[in-house]
Amino acid sequence: MAEVLDIKPSTVPPLRAWLRPHRVVMIAVALGLVALAATTMRWDWIERYWPLALQGLWRTIWILAVTCTLGFLLAIPLGLAQAAGPRWLAVPARAFCTVIRGTPLLLQLWLLYFGLGSLFPQFPWIRESELWPYLRQAWPYAVLGLTLSFAGYEGEVMRGAFAGVPRGQLEAARAFGMRRRTVFRRIWLPQAIQRALPTLAGETVLQLKATPLVATITVIDIYAVAGRVRQDTFIVYEPLLLLALVYLMITGIIVFAFRRLESRIPSRLG
Amino acid sequence: MTAAPAVDHSSAAASAPAEAIHIENLHKRFGQLHVLKGVSLSARDGAVVAIIGGSGSGKSTLLRCINCLENPTSGTIRVNGEEIRLKGDGNGGMMPADRRQIERIRSRLGMVFQSFNLWSHRTLIENVIEVPVHVLGVARAEAIATAERLLERVGLAEKRDVYPAFLSGGQQQRAAIARALAIQPRVMLFDEPTSALDPELVGEVLKVIGDLAAEGRTMVLVTHEMKFAREVASHVIYLWNGLVEEEGPPEQIFGAPRSERLQQFLRSVS
Repeated sequence: MAEVLDIKPSTVPPLRAWLRPHRVVMIAVALGLVALAATTMRWDWIERYWPLALQGLWRTIWILAVTCTLGFLLAIPLGLAQAAGPRWLAVPARAFCTVIRGTPLLLQLWLLYFGLGSLFPQFPWIRESELWPYLRQAWPYAVLGLTLSFAGYEGEVMRGAFAGVPRGQLEAARAFGMRRRTVFRRIWLPQAIQRALPTLAGETVLQLKATPLVATITVIDIYAVAGRVRQDTFIVYEPLLLLALVYLMITGIIVFAFRRLESRIPSRLG
Repeated sequence: MTAAPAVDHSSAAASAPAEAIHIENLHKRFGQLHVLKGVSLSARDGAVVAIIGGSGSGKSTLLRCINCLENPTSGTIRVNGEEIRLKGDGNGGMMPADRRQIERIRSRLGMVFQSFNLWSHRTLIENVIEVPVHVLGVARAEAIATAERLLERVGLAEKRDVYPAFLSGGQQQRAAIARALAIQPRVMLFDEPTSALDPELVGEVLKVIGDLAAEGRTMVLVTHEMKFAREVASHVIYLWNGLVEEEGPPEQIFGAPRSERLQQFLRSVS
């Protein structure tokens, strides 16, 4: 009970306590591996490619952030429509989620980029529109594809989350004269998000690992940079190892961020 | 304490207190199930009406019809002299015709639930200020001051920043009472407030409710605590099978019950 009640973050343990034997051994092993890789493998390409790699990394990160944010904003109405909407809203929402979840993301990206993207130039009014300079590039299709994908999966997650909020919570709000909008904004949505947070953390990590697919439609993300290095220099494993490390680090940041978010609210729900 | 209602007090109030709740010939069906078969009930200002009866007698449904948490199938409901406008719901039942009206009426009825229904994502103080701030438009600082006083009153001042899940059932129910009091209700509605509590926690909640009765609050109370009902009620209604089987002052209902069924019921619960 005592540890459950202690919801405030405890003070950082002193370095001494943190450096327990098993940790020291693990750190030593890790440092050994890094040293081995640094001395026996080729890293001279980094000097030439790091500006490109940095651009790719930035592109990966903003695509992830933008598509997760937009996708989640779409997922809220998609989930709500399925959990509590009228039939004419629930059915299309369910159909959308089913189609998105039932087809490979790679296929969706290709259909958008090669299909939709090659359809657009046939219409003069699109070619002459203000949007055309963007529609000629690859990234809008990447963002659209990943956003729709995230929305499809998270729409399903949010459906469950909305449905999982106990009826009594909403009934109490109604009983005190709250308007429907206020009930949604103050009670239903926050509790649904809170319920969905652990799942959303995992889904965001999955989304990160879906981003390399944009390289197949010519968006130069961090993965595409590794491919470029391989093509140019015939060095295969070193870029891939570094790439793995980069994804691992971004994953670590995502997990950490969601942990912080989750710990702000007590875990036991009524 | 409560703001003077719009109804004219000067002429009517001279003889008897105004009628806070008036229900006439209320019917409620759930599909084939006829739960209430024409119930009438009246509670004047300052009255404490206790509704007793066996399981399935319709007592909770009756209470929940007062603020339209359940929509009546037919009948009239007046709160503080204002009749709730109902319209057909297209399904043989009725529903509030004017959403704003029912929201306004609800915001002056302090409902206390069997399962507390405190909002689990908010601390106690946030629970108590939620409706004043977001429904009634009270200034936040003022709402907090009131809420602190109310929590103090129900003995939970030091728990103000604790989430409901970390409290005992009795504490949660006392906080729920504070939440209901925070809206300055014209009438308090209690729906079996102690039924979900461990026996040793019942007393602390009954004491709070008893104090409220003693200070002259208008209350409608569905309860299984016969001894308590006898102490605090000014009027007792015994429901059986969707009808008022017997009603009267507590001395009569508990001391000299006339109906065979009531006698049997009182024997079975004592």
